[in-house]
Amino acid sequence: MSKNKPSNTIRSRIWREEAEPDNPFATRAAYCRGYDVFGQMVGSARWIEMLILLFRDELPCTAELDMLEALAVALANPGPRDQSIHAAMCGGVGGSSAAASLIAALSVGAGRYRGAREVFDAMTAWQNCGTDLGAWDSYIHRDTRNDIVDTWPAPEHPAGFDPHGASTATSVCQLLETLARISATPNLSWLTSQRLELEKIVQLPLDMSGVAAAAFVDLGFQANEGEMLYLLLRLPGAAAHALEQERYGYKNFPFYPVELEDDPLTKETP
Amino acid sequence: MKGPELLESHADILRTKVGACWPGTRAVFRGHDLHQDLRDSDWVELYVFSITGRHLSPQQIKLLHGIWVITSYPDARIWNNRVAALAGSSRSSPVLGLSAALAISEARIYGGGPGLRAIDFFQRAALALASGQTLRNFVTEELKLRHIYGYGRPIDSCDERLPWLTNLAKEQELDQGPHFKIAIEVEKILLETRKTNLRMNYAGMTASLGADLGFTPREFHIFRLPMFLAGMPPCWLEAMEKPEGTLFPTSCEKIAYEGVPIRPWRGRMA
Repeated sequence: MSKNKPSNTIRSRIWREEAEPDNPFATRAAYCRGYDVFGQMVGSARWIEMLILLFRDELPCTAELDMLEALAVALANPGPRDQSIHAAMCGGVGGSSAAASLIAALSVGAGRYRGAREVFDAMTAWQNCGTDLGAWDSYIHRDTRNDIVDTWPAPEHPAGFDPHGASTATSVCQLLETLARISATPNLSWLTSQRLELEKIVQLPLDMSGVAAAAFVDLGFQANEGEMLYLLLRLPGAAAHALEQERYGYKNFPFYPVELEDDPLTKETP
Repeated sequence: MKGPELLESHADILRTKVGACWPGTRAVFRGHDLHQDLRDSDWVELYVFSITGRHLSPQQIKLLHGIWVITSYPDARIWNNRVAALAGSSRSSPVLGLSAALAISEARIYGGGPGLRAIDFFQRAALALASGQTLRNFVTEELKLRHIYGYGRPIDSCDERLPWLTNLAKEQELDQGPHFKIAIEVEKILLETRKTNLRMNYAGMTASLGADLGFTPREFHIFRLPMFLAGMPPCWLEAMEKPEGTLFPTSCEKIAYEGVPIRPWRGRMA
């Protein structure tokens, strides 16, 4: 092969594979960040360790691993009231494929209302403001009118806060306090002590997505990594609820009444 | 050739008959220069050509247009449309929402699944008739083995789309094909011998017409892919016009829990 011709190789800092001697397409050994996956990690590594190694070269300390695992437990099932789970259940009741149900959960759970893009936005806010209330005040009230058009709908509320909330939900407070206690990381610790002040600035209660964003930033993830993790970690509940509704059947799934506001039958003829 | 040698023979190259593009110069589409030869194509005609490699008559293309138009229902309660609407409500991107809604449409009890199974059924029925079997006998034997798709409907057994599609097929003089006649006869047999709600549905009629146009089951399955698409954007858009998160909001009490009673978590086992 000439030096100028592309070699069609896939570059990776994450993954290396060695082939069997009799088959270049069969894996004799696979290494994640240098660790022998099947020879050493499987059976001794925690799933959360594998997860985090996919995103970085070195494992964090045990407290941070524990914190990520605790967050993963919290995010594993947003519950059937969540719109992403609702979408997955729409796949379940109609007998759509497993992948379609998860695709629906991913697509609906990707957005700027309680979705992964909200986490991306909230992490961006954390990276801009950190533990400075004044910076949060400026950031929240910044002029966004000249923001460039995006594939995502424009944000309609400060990311990480509940636009329909009356007060901070107990579950959100419990998660925040638990994660901060486990890891004692800067943003979570600050958020625990300054939550009420921050909520006064935002004039909305903190949401689960805001806690997740603070935790991801504390763990050293970039906003696009946190967005990916938020999508991934909420999928188990989507899978389970889709299958559950498939078992219950469509006759037991809500099919709401309609009130049509533009009906040709009620229009006067011109 | 098999095993690693087979994989090796396909490595590092795309061998294709269906087409390729050379940025800056030209694009080839199934053996035709896209811009020189196909630029004036009707989009549905091009889509069908992409699937089958065949050019259909204007009457046939008109019928296929109608098959898509007649079932374009912008009702956000329907499960696939609901996914598109939920994506709007959760402020996800339109393409994520619409593509997930299309994926959900490949369902077992409506959409992709019944259409595929119905065209397969009609083609096997036609072969059975050609071999001398009576249709009644074929239907009876089929019912012993499996459900017959193309008849019956989840929400309401009467399919309001059929008179319109029948008229369109008549107008285009495409209502005299053998599979379409089989479909009508099968409905009579089912209504005589089975439950009265097993009337022909849209999958049944479109599949029989598709079989008469010479589609294979897989070709017909791909043809149907965008069938519900036109009804989906209004669902996403209207959900976007309403406050975020307000499509089918579900309060906690709306979860009718039927599982194991509340119990204490034992914590990690020592």
